[in-house]
Amino acid sequence: MPKPGQFYMLQTSDSYDPLLKRPFSIFRQEDNTLQFLYRIRGKGTRSLADLKTGSTINVIGPLGNSYPEPEGDFFAVAGGIGIASIMSLMQRFKHRAYFFYGARNSQELLMLGDADEVSNEMILSTDDGSAGDKGLITEKLENFLSTYLMDKSFPVYACGPAPMQKEVCRIASQAGMKCYVSLEEHMACGLGACLGCVVKTTSGYKRVCKEGTVFNAEEIIWE
Amino acid sequence: MGVKKTAVTNRRRGSGGQQSTNSNKPNLSVDFAGLNLKNPVMTASGTFGYGEEYSEFIDLNRLGAIVVKGLSTAPRQGNPTPRVVETPAGMLNAIGLQNIGTKAFIKDKLPFLRGFNIPVIANFFGDSVEEYVQAAEELGRADGVHALEMNISCPNKQAGWIVFGTDPKAMEQVVTAVRKATNLPLIVKLSPNVTDIGLMARVAENSGADAVSLINTITGMVVDVKKRRPVLANNTGGLSGPAIRPVAVRMVCEVYKSVKIPIIGMGGIMTANDALEFLIAGARAVAVGTANFVNPMATVEIIEGIEKFMTEEGISDINEIIGSLTIR
Repeated sequence: MPKPGQFYMLQTSDSYDPLLKRPFSIFRQEDNTLQFLYRIRGKGTRSLADLKTGSTINVIGPLGNSYPEPEGDFFAVAGGIGIASIMSLMQRFKHRAYFFYGARNSQELLMLGDADEVSNEMILSTDDGSAGDKGLITEKLENFLSTYLMDKSFPVYACGPAPMQKEVCRIASQAGMKCYVSLEEHMACGLGACLGCVVKTTSGYKRVCKEGTVFNAEEIIWE
Repeated sequence: MGVKKTAVTNRRRGSGGQQSTNSNKPNLSVDFAGLNLKNPVMTASGTFGYGEEYSEFIDLNRLGAIVVKGLSTAPRQGNPTPRVVETPAGMLNAIGLQNIGTKAFIKDKLPFLRGFNIPVIANFFGDSVEEYVQAAEELGRADGVHALEMNISCPNKQAGWIVFGTDPKAMEQVVTAVRKATNLPLIVKLSPNVTDIGLMARVAENSGADAVSLINTITGMVVDVKKRRPVLANNTGGLSGPAIRPVAVRMVCEVYKSVKIPIIGMGGIMTANDALEFLIAGARAVAVGTANFVNPMATVEIIEGIEKFMTEEGISDINEIIGSLTIR
């Protein structure tokens, strides 16, 4: 049974173009089905979207580590399609998340109904102000933490674009809170062999697919 | 050389590596530079780690041999990211030869590999002739290393950063020096980024190599048009995957005509059919690389596919296939 933060490598076509499988975080598991949520962004996701219902593809997983389990309440920060991994975490630990979710616009804020239901509190922002407040979700997180007296033992979990994750790590560190981020990197194999998806850490390069995708914020050396 | 046809009625899908009393089962074993391989399918260096990750997917005992990730005497942290980018029917990589170093390999990884009944071929490289020699000596002494493969696609920091494998003199110097440092079978991995690969193979042979392997990746570049910068942090990278296969097959064919020592053919092998192209062109063994990333069971499926092909074509011995190409 996959854990929140783990991922699968999905074959996206029968052809050699795209050649490599693509990594996707587990979004939901229900009644013997695995569900993935993705945005069509390049050749691989385009090809995946073009598959007909009922098609068979090769899948490898679950792979990688998972978010460490929160003991009590926690903060969850999602940016864009990072919602997939954060949703799996919130569904596993229902009604315990202070959930911060940012995207470019209202159309890219996905699964709001479900997210609202499984989270403790939901705070939204968009770049254009079409939903929630206009601005970065990391600003909302920082304001929230400085406004309310929060239990500093609550961990912060984040998944989203690298600049967002870096900022979440800074904010959590400043607030003295533990922070875990699920990183995204281009992967060739997803199995730990190619060494393509590494991230710089305090103890050298680590493989996002094997030692991650979830890393303790303190060990990441941001570019 | 023609292909001898023998009547074979048994079409059962065999499982290579298992003992069988069935005399109709085709022979896949080859003698390679003194190594007895149960089949000609190896892993390509850098695509299989030190075997551990793939042992979750396949029985490593099924392989003809395992070629491990390239090693240097001192550990290397490798290049910054992005290190990989997909290309049409291929990928470009610039990992930067990240590795744990020969000492950690011998101490931490070899014990695991000794648990399998297959030859272990240690790939190694250096920045200077001395480093090559030192790595070859260390690996050559290690219990459980059966052969050495030299990656000569590295620049010589003591001689104007000339890439050993693209300059006949530099190559002769480094291969001759390594030859003196080890008694193990020595395989020289040729760079395709040369004008005359047959000439380079002859230099390797004359310098004491027991075998050559080819091709290493072809140097390439992918540009991000919005940033007007190369996608890879290293700017250039090595192209691999099915996109390069016809180039690789052609080069194996040229090298087969140029040298007497055996050849490991590689470059974009995805299927048994691809592997057979190399064998027919003159490779006595093949290595599967990028396909391991796409499908971790690729090596075993290729072995089974070769056996199936032989059974269906009535070929009893793989040696009948090797170098059987008819040139018009």
